[in-house]
Amino acid sequence: MPNMSLKKNEMPVQDANVRNKNFSEVALGYTEEQAVDEANRCLNCKNKPCVGGCPVSIDIPDFIAKIKERDFEGAYQIIAKSSSLPAVCGRVCPQETQCESKCVRGVKGEPVGIGRLERFVADWHNAHSTEAPAVPEKNGHKCAVIGAGPSGLTCAGDLAKMGYDVTVFEALHLAGGVLVYGIPEFRLPKSIVQHEVDNLKALGVKINTNVVVGKTIEVDELFADGYEAIFIGSGAGLPNFMNIPGENLKGVYSANEFLTRVNLMKAYKPDADTPIKKNMNVAVVGGGNVAMDAARCAKRLGAENVYIVYRRGEEEMPARNEEIEHAKEEGIIFKTLNNPVEILGDEHKFVTGMKCVEMELGEPDQSGRRRPIPKEGSEFTLDVDCVVMSIGTSPNPLIRNTTKGLETNKHGCFIADENGQTSRKGVFAGGDAVTGAATVILAMGAGKTAAKAMDEYIKSGK
Amino acid sequence: MYKIVRKKELNPTVTLMDIDAPLVAKKAEPGQFIILRVDENGERIPLTVADFDREKGTVTIIFQIVGATTEKLNHLKEGEYIHDFVGPLGVASHTDGLKKVAVVGGGVGCAIAYPIAKKLHNLGCEVHAVVGFRNKDLVILEDEFKANSSIMKIMTDDGSYGTKGLVTDALKELIEGGNKYDEVIAIGPLIMMKFVCKLTKEYGIKTVVSMNPIMIDGTGMCGGCRLTVGGETKFACVDGPDFDGHLVDFDEAMERGTMYKEFETKRREEVCNLFKNA
Repeated sequence: MPNMSLKKNEMPVQDANVRNKNFSEVALGYTEEQAVDEANRCLNCKNKPCVGGCPVSIDIPDFIAKIKERDFEGAYQIIAKSSSLPAVCGRVCPQETQCESKCVRGVKGEPVGIGRLERFVADWHNAHSTEAPAVPEKNGHKCAVIGAGPSGLTCAGDLAKMGYDVTVFEALHLAGGVLVYGIPEFRLPKSIVQHEVDNLKALGVKINTNVVVGKTIEVDELFADGYEAIFIGSGAGLPNFMNIPGENLKGVYSANEFLTRVNLMKAYKPDADTPIKKNMNVAVVGGGNVAMDAARCAKRLGAENVYIVYRRGEEEMPARNEEIEHAKEEGIIFKTLNNPVEILGDEHKFVTGMKCVEMELGEPDQSGRRRPIPKEGSEFTLDVDCVVMSIGTSPNPLIRNTTKGLETNKHGCFIADENGQTSRKGVFAGGDAVTGAATVILAMGAGKTAAKAMDEYIKSGK
Repeated sequence: MYKIVRKKELNPTVTLMDIDAPLVAKKAEPGQFIILRVDENGERIPLTVADFDREKGTVTIIFQIVGATTEKLNHLKEGEYIHDFVGPLGVASHTDGLKKVAVVGGGVGCAIAYPIAKKLHNLGCEVHAVVGFRNKDLVILEDEFKANSSIMKIMTDDGSYGTKGLVTDALKELIEGGNKYDEVIAIGPLIMMKFVCKLTKEYGIKTVVSMNPIMIDGTGMCGGCRLTVGGETKFACVDGPDFDGHLVDFDEAMERGTMYKEFETKRREEVCNLFKNA
């Protein structure tokens, strides 16, 4: 009998006033009973609309059917056929605009909690399975993957499963890309990322950290070393600034720097060598998921007042609703329809405040969102000692500057077709390096598509 | 893990290490830098490449013990390993077309100035070296500079070695003495570079400085190393570390360099105590 409740099973979470003082994971995950109960809400539609909403086409009704039977490992195996990083996706995918947005149960009531179920299944597998994945038979061909973020890891995993000898080159000292430097521990525990990376290593994927492609080694040298096809998943790592006065004062960070200090370098731990200044009043400029992450980190580091300063309204914020809600519950103060015009400092060049102007919304602009217009004479100063600029990132120029024949667009993104094929033979690209800053799952989808195209490219003998 | 194949104390606070890092050694050029992490909990710190041996696959770093990380690094012995070592990063120093150059080094900055002097000398450029130290005990790389320059001036603050005075005094004397330099390359403390630039501006001599701000990733990702150069924001890690010294806002760079001073002092004390108790 299907469970006809109109509401999803609630996900247990840490209390907002407890969690805003620690870095442990906010959401606690379903119990087996909750998972089975939620799985029973799935009607197992024949035409599977949800699958069409998934960038990596996980057979969602099938894995949910296994949960109903309490065959959790069976459910995992179905997800693993399509996704290399289920424990990650169950946590950070915007399911509400993907699979769950297509769910028939969502027409009247809430859709099935597909993301929560995926997370449950992946965690169950990680906690219970001791079986090492079967190492595929090698096909004698070598592929290189640049960047150990979501797109690169997915591409590497898929290629390894097809029998390729895969080496991933990563610039930082740790694999994971944005999953380790950007997304905070409380939203995506780093042990989970490590587990997924270890799974790939067990499949035979080699990960060479501390290699900056474009500096340590160039794309052409990789071909000379015998790699037959190369995937570039170097992300969009260059932070944008607003170019307003005072941006170089002490206490102004890019979201990248702030989050990297906290997440990758563990500056919140007392034994870490990487410093982060203790701030009392923090303004985070921007309205995306990264801004929410930065604001929630600042709160956890002990700030009394943390503001989100965003030039449009809450409706227009690109962040997921869940992230906005979580941030509000934790006491983040939303100052929407405000735009910074100047950052103020003291005689030692430490930040003392941020001058803002109020905004109102005019006609829709190119993005379809209503254009923010400054209200004359509405300037005011926000008392802050730290400002985090979270207004987007651009692709890194290191690879495009050192590789001949790789075309990029005016934003510096690699030009690639729907299969990830770039303007250069044997070179494929995907993820933020192609699209500009987007989501983890879209990057994974691109890595997956490219792996298939690389396989065809190599097998067809060029 | 990257093996320390040689360790040599250059003076009580400055140490040289040759690190086994073949990929970095293969590509490194004077002016570029590496980022290292001593151990699992370590921070990432940038150090400029002091020398390299492509055949042996080693990269030489020279560092002054100033904080927790350099303290820890200095406690590692020959044969032990550094956790992470990545590079070469940044843009190599431009040496094309230079016929006569004054290379000015201050303190541990001499370690960075030296490979550039050596490269220029090997390219047939006339190199005048001006190096400054606080006192005789802190003098480093004297023989190396001597071997790669036609004129060498050693300055000390207290006159305990070479000539008493500042590098700017010696440089001014050389310029006044009729030396026409294509370029002055100044590497040392920010305050020294600032005053070298002030001097060379008066004479209209192009001056290149090497900036060493706070960094994390060294690939353009964090923006922590930003500087104002000619009114524009530049990232030292990808746009530099070499910049036109007459355009650099040194006062801002000096302020930014003190961001974590308190933390660094405290952390170094903690680390020193750990070693004392061990």
